[in-house]
Amino acid sequence: MRSLIDIKELTTQEIDELIVVAKDIIANPAKYSEKCKGKKLATLFYEASTRTRLSFEAAMYELGGNVLGFASSDNSSASKGESVADTVRVCSGYADIIAMRHPKEGAPLVASMHSLVPIINAGDGGHNHPTQTLTDLLTINREKGRFDNLVVGLCGDLKFGRTVHSLIGAMARYNNIKFVLISPDELKVPSYIKQELDKSNIEYVETRSLEEAIPELDILYMTRVQRERFFNEEDYLRLKDTYILNMSKLSKAKDDLSILHPLPRVNEISVEIDNDPRACYFEQALNGKYIRMALIMKLLGVE
Amino acid sequence: MILNTITNGVVLDHIQAGGAMEIYKALNLDKLECQVAIIKNADSVKMGKKDILKICEPIDINLDVLGYLAPGVTVSIIEDGTVVKRKHIEPPEKIVGIIKCTNPRCITSIEQELPNIFKLTDRENLVYRCIYCESKCKKQGDIK
Repeated sequence: MRSLIDIKELTTQEIDELIVVAKDIIANPAKYSEKCKGKKLATLFYEASTRTRLSFEAAMYELGGNVLGFASSDNSSASKGESVADTVRVCSGYADIIAMRHPKEGAPLVASMHSLVPIINAGDGGHNHPTQTLTDLLTINREKGRFDNLVVGLCGDLKFGRTVHSLIGAMARYNNIKFVLISPDELKVPSYIKQELDKSNIEYVETRSLEEAIPELDILYMTRVQRERFFNEEDYLRLKDTYILNMSKLSKAKDDLSILHPLPRVNEISVEIDNDPRACYFEQALNGKYIRMALIMKLLGVE
Repeated sequence: MILNTITNGVVLDHIQAGGAMEIYKALNLDKLECQVAIIKNADSVKMGKKDILKICEPIDINLDVLGYLAPGVTVSIIEDGTVVKRKHIEPPEKIVGIIKCTNPRCITSIEQELPNIFKLTDRENLVYRCIYCESKCKKQGDIK
């Protein structure tokens, strides 16, 4: 039995295989409509989510399976003080696979230590979000047709942005990747991630200016400054509007730039950009369903 | 300065100068009834200055705590005035229940019964990270 807690647990070959399956699902959805018939997915979401939870549920339904679960900790025994380990011991008797989101970092790992069925980390605090990374990778692959020789810009909250951390970890394994890390000083990428990049001799630059960085980028990964990651409302308000991508900034970018965003967006990408061919974030959200279908099949051992 | 030699007990040698008190506290040596000598800034050919702890009673030393706090220390077990065992302490690969994660976002911050487990992720710089949230531990401050 295998879980997915951190994207680094998947080899690049396994990621390639998932992407091949996801693309086949996109091309031939009917072929997959009964792959998980009779199987159940439990979505244990201790924190609010729209895309991730619904895309997991849609993924399981489109594979012919069923879904049960809760969408906030208020509706679960966690509100009565039940531990993650106990909740998972119980729920793994009701479902064949579990997707868990939790505000505390490491909760899905704890779950995987006590579960009888595979656990998928659907986001743990500011830590990891491997299925978002798989979504991002499928999007990059569909947009660029490759994972190597790319200049990847990441912009916004690089400190608490778990999708950023996972994506850096995943892209760092491919050849000739350069990261451009665009953030205010307060929201820089944590030092342990930079140490990993240094250790692997991967090129990166840190900058505060989106305008200066944008011309060299092949991919621009925008993120939201998330209110829920701050203990201090003042800090959130001070930093939330630091980077806004608008047409004026985009005019300096390459014609084949791909703009990604894990969504939800607040105001960091102007709506005027939505119709620009370089905007990929809504396709990206759709890709999330397909790659989750591929992942559920893989972890359930469904051919 | 002359100190009596130990007949039966443990000597912790090659402690970084200034580090003895921290080890004394972390190993709970203050709770022992026997004589314990804390020697600070002793001359050392290898280290220039070093600290030494001499415990006049055979006790079990928690080598994980010692290896985490002071890798490179030498532990000598003395029996009947003779060194019967000498061990050079390496940093442990994993430490369980010794240090506590201080990241308020870590699952261990709300689920107190979870064992605090740290793994050595960078041997060169002696960096330990929480297995749950991957936060770096802050040495002394995190000792339980």
